[in-house]
Amino acid sequence: MTTDTVISVRGLRNQFGTHVVHQDLDLDVYRGEILGVVGGSGTGKSVLLRSITGLQKPTAGQIDVLGTNVLGADEDTRAALEARWGVMFQDGALFSSLTVRENVEVPMRAIDGLDPVIRRDLADLKISMVGLPYLAGDKYPSELSGGMRKRAGLARALALDPEIVFLDEPTAGLDPIGASAFDTLIRGLSRSLGLTVFLVTHDLDTLHAVCDRIAVLAEKRVLVTGTMQDMLKVEHPWVREYFHGPRARAALDASTDA
Amino acid sequence: MNAACQRIMTQTSGIQIDSDGDTTHVTLSEGLTIRNITESREALARIPPSQHVTIDLGQVDRLDTAGAWLLTTFQKDRQDQGSQVRITNASVEAQSLLTTTADALPVREDVPASPTTLKSVLETVGKATSNGVGFILALTGFLGIFLSRLARAMRHPQDFRLTALVHHCQEVGLKAVPIVALMAFLIGVVLAFQGASQLRQFGAEVFVVDLIAISILRELGILLTSIIVAGRTASAFTAAIGSMKMREEIDAMRTLGLDPAMVLFVPRILALLLMLPILGLIANIAGLFGGALMAWIELGISPAMFQTRLVEGTDVNHVMVGLVKAPVFALLIGVVGCHAGMQVKSNAESLGRMTSSSVVTAIFAVIVADALFSIFFASLGI
Repeated sequence: MTTDTVISVRGLRNQFGTHVVHQDLDLDVYRGEILGVVGGSGTGKSVLLRSITGLQKPTAGQIDVLGTNVLGADEDTRAALEARWGVMFQDGALFSSLTVRENVEVPMRAIDGLDPVIRRDLADLKISMVGLPYLAGDKYPSELSGGMRKRAGLARALALDPEIVFLDEPTAGLDPIGASAFDTLIRGLSRSLGLTVFLVTHDLDTLHAVCDRIAVLAEKRVLVTGTMQDMLKVEHPWVREYFHGPRARAALDASTDA
Repeated sequence: MNAACQRIMTQTSGIQIDSDGDTTHVTLSEGLTIRNITESREALARIPPSQHVTIDLGQVDRLDTAGAWLLTTFQKDRQDQGSQVRITNASVEAQSLLTTTADALPVREDVPASPTTLKSVLETVGKATSNGVGFILALTGFLGIFLSRLARAMRHPQDFRLTALVHHCQEVGLKAVPIVALMAFLIGVVLAFQGASQLRQFGAEVFVVDLIAISILRELGILLTSIIVAGRTASAFTAAIGSMKMREEIDAMRTLGLDPAMVLFVPRILALLLMLPILGLIANIAGLFGGALMAWIELGISPAMFQTRLVEGTDVNHVMVGLVKAPVFALLIGVVGCHAGMQVKSNAESLGRMTSSSVVTAIFAVIVADALFSIFFASLGI
């Protein structure tokens, strides 16, 4: 694996009133890897994702994505950068007044001179790539199940072939079969499209099945990063509890059996 | 390049196409992405279908799924037409992308379009009619539930929630006083102003008092108050009950042995029933005040004269006719608002849809009821 850093966070500080969420947080994400971010409730996993994607302005710190300083960029630079990443929100965050196909077409509309017929075909391709049936393209988000909405959200995030995909709790609220199918999908797409994936999750099975590297958020910073094997050796009490708890052992057994 | 090559076309956005007998060599340089896919597709489409094609990807620096889609669909179409398309010099990444894309190519399924026939038109009309009848039946059922719970509340006062009633009286009544009073005042001003300019032509300025008094006391005061309350309160009822329905709070109530009708509907509708006549009365007073003020400024009818004329010329029946409508309007608004709230499904769109539809239905129902009252009173001769 190359060690080309695509996301670099340095000295990040996020504060809401007197409540400090992040302090001196450093994190690197390398090209082509799947990074899983874990942490207890309220440790600011989603805040970190929102800070990197520019949805939330941090109190202090520096964030570089694909060589561009996110916080200091002007609008044009930001727009160019946003075309190079895709974000999938927890429940898909599909536009409810548009069909799934129209949702996937939304980012493509920004491209000048793209023939509408081709755009439609490409949207159908993305819908099929995330494992949705062809006829799902004509449906509205309210007519889909939670798992299908997540897939459709992923299709929209992938519309412009981004280099980085941010996934917020991709398997939350899915049944085990749907969650494991989604894990396989993420892994497969990441490998075949050369995606870098930044994945916020609570799901130990996803961590085992999908992630190349894991970053643990605790004590307001990234406490430790490394592979699953590295995590099992960490002595920090929370990390130990997390990766050695009964659920973690079950997930580990499942992944070694497979 | 081979000198024998007959070059048909050169360099369209990074595509070089050379023809060599029955084989066309396509060399792609730069990238093949969503940004140049439209031109690239046109360039490829110009190659005659009889030609075999080789596509050289050796110099491509960026290929995305759009580009891979173009290549795989082109290859598939041409192979169906009997000519060979070979893709050469693809990098490992490009090859993996091409494979993924080829595997994911969607199979188009067409939904049979249902033709518009006389039968389908009749069916639509029939469904709309039966839905309309069903809606009126459901509203009537709702009114029945409200009345039965109200009766039970009278028999078992401990089941009744007085605090909730007072709270809703404040929300529905007290907080609506400023807007209702201002609206009625302005209506009085407008009536006096318009009436004055018309009646002056006949020298009948003094009848402006009767005009204002009768129209406000009999119709406008209570009707416009009800319309404002319908807009304000029916939507609030629907939104409050609807969001509880959405978050399964109503189901939780049922499992805890609480009756949603008793807890939610009775205090709300009862508050409206108590408050709307009071609001109507306030509107009447504000309207008369606005009319009197304008009559004084515009026509020089002094407040004392206005009062004398009002007491002499206007029967108290007009006030009764106006205010007797208030409880009926209140029931309509309350029942429509609560019923719409219970129709909310588990998604946010239905909450918005039901809220706006409850306002429209409530206003419409109030106006229809007012028209029926007019006919009723006219035939009674009141």
